[in-house]
Amino acid sequence: MISVLKAGLMTTIQDQGRYGNQKNGVIASGAMDQDSHRIANQLVGNTTNVPTMEITLMGPVLEFQQDTCIAICGGHLTPMIDGEPVSMWKPVYIKKGTELRFGQPKSGFRSYLAIAGGFEVPTVMGSASTYIRAGIGGYKGRPLEKGDTLTIGRQSEDSQYLMKKLTPSDPKERLREAPWFVDSSFTDYIGAKHPIRVMPGREYDLFETQSQYDFFHTPYTIDSKSDRMGYRLTGSTLKLKEKKDILSEAVAFGTVQVPPEGNPILLLADRQTTGGYPKIGQVASVDLPRIAQMRPGESLTFEQISHDAAQRLLLHHETKLKQLQRGIKTKYL
Amino acid sequence: MEQTMHPLGDQALIIDFGDRIDEETNYEVRKVASHLDREKPDWMVEYIPAFTTVTIFYDPFYIANHISKANQLPYDWVQEEMRHMLSELKDHGQTSRSIDIPVCYGGELGPDLPYVAKRNNMTEEEVIATHMEGEYLVYMIGFAPGFPYIGGMDKKIATPRRDDPRLTIPAGSVGIAGEQTGVYPIETPGGWQLIGRTPVKLFDPKKETPSLLQAGDRIRFTRINAEDYKEMKEDEE
Repeated sequence: MISVLKAGLMTTIQDQGRYGNQKNGVIASGAMDQDSHRIANQLVGNTTNVPTMEITLMGPVLEFQQDTCIAICGGHLTPMIDGEPVSMWKPVYIKKGTELRFGQPKSGFRSYLAIAGGFEVPTVMGSASTYIRAGIGGYKGRPLEKGDTLTIGRQSEDSQYLMKKLTPSDPKERLREAPWFVDSSFTDYIGAKHPIRVMPGREYDLFETQSQYDFFHTPYTIDSKSDRMGYRLTGSTLKLKEKKDILSEAVAFGTVQVPPEGNPILLLADRQTTGGYPKIGQVASVDLPRIAQMRPGESLTFEQISHDAAQRLLLHHETKLKQLQRGIKTKYL
Repeated sequence: MEQTMHPLGDQALIIDFGDRIDEETNYEVRKVASHLDREKPDWMVEYIPAFTTVTIFYDPFYIANHISKANQLPYDWVQEEMRHMLSELKDHGQTSRSIDIPVCYGGELGPDLPYVAKRNNMTEEEVIATHMEGEYLVYMIGFAPGFPYIGGMDKKIATPRRDDPRLTIPAGSVGIAGEQTGVYPIETPGGWQLIGRTPVKLFDPKKETPSLLQAGDRIRFTRINAEDYKEMKEDEE
């Protein structure tokens, strides 16, 4: 069991998302940074869809009521165990009674806490992800609050091996970190400044030539009215050559749509299933985790990428993540 | 019917049957949807049907590693597969479900009914009768969980959205926005002109099929009084 002593700014339970019911208008949700979510799970021996805790900017204070193994990946929000800094991107064994809290955010926006066995919450339509607006999924359909108690799920065989391997021989030791961590090529996307790669969207050609140029060459700032549903972007306003009604159709994680006032909106995990605004672009899937780690107030630029190149990058990235998974497994077998 | 295909990013493909909102086009969309429901291809994550399109989300890694030819990109494979599917697609004579939606019109539950009547030079009773006479088709579900895009409202009662959108519209509200009518499944902000409310739950996450309505359903609005509304509402809770 884990007690929530302080909730933090916005702490929710998420997994890979609620897919299969978007045709009924059910919002997908899921972890904003799927890479960190997934790697955190792999580090503690969970399968990739086990629920993790998504922690936003100002983290919670948690007390662990049992010996367990955790991993924290994603944005660096200065995690500390019993007051001492604790490493990210590696499994950490902790004793019953230890306290995890977060300090000043250093880089990135969202941290993912995985625990061996996962957070046990009821699944709704096949997913544990919290969708706050409809009050479904996660812990009672809402962000965590002070006083909540989370249950830990059953550990996989891999998690059990890992626990055994990391258990300190000296019973006085409160925590033990694995002597290895994830290679920096998996973690250096956090805080990276190079442009976000975007494919031209289905209605790209309907935009004025100037707008097409501006979209790929001028900076945009993430507005403070941004959330898990989407980032509102301010910068060069984008105009259609002529007013045209677009029929509502499916949108996806990373769709950039432009309402009539001309400020683009980048759709994220809690996006609507369908949209009726013209789509000027679609962020390449490999760059979505970087988007999820950007904060309101930060600025970004877009760079055009071809559909073929985006597909190749995604396949390559997935291969790398699969290799990482195998690499992690060899560490605790 | 002619169709085109387009990518939606690097993990989805859109089949587009044109730009007309009509029953014939939407029927093509439903034919594809029910085919995918029957086949449940293992490379597909899910699909989202809309007025004139079906968007198919796929697993590019699965396709690249288990199905497609060496060096063939996942999108190209899905496009070929969908062309083949469309050329062999049979019409199973999609039947529509008919669903009655009971509505308590006017009064506190339909505060904009007087405005809709005045604007269209009708009496409130005439507006209600016109709204009930319509033959409605659910073209798609989108925007919010269980929210139906409904076609078929008589233009005689068309009314523009409110200038000042309400911050909360209660679940079950039946409204008019331009030439559309709709029902709100969950409480949300919005600018629709509210003419009544239904006690029926349009979205219930506890049910196996959480959305009461599906694309392709025929719906009819029936009239109930305030007492019926209260009683049915209590039964639903």
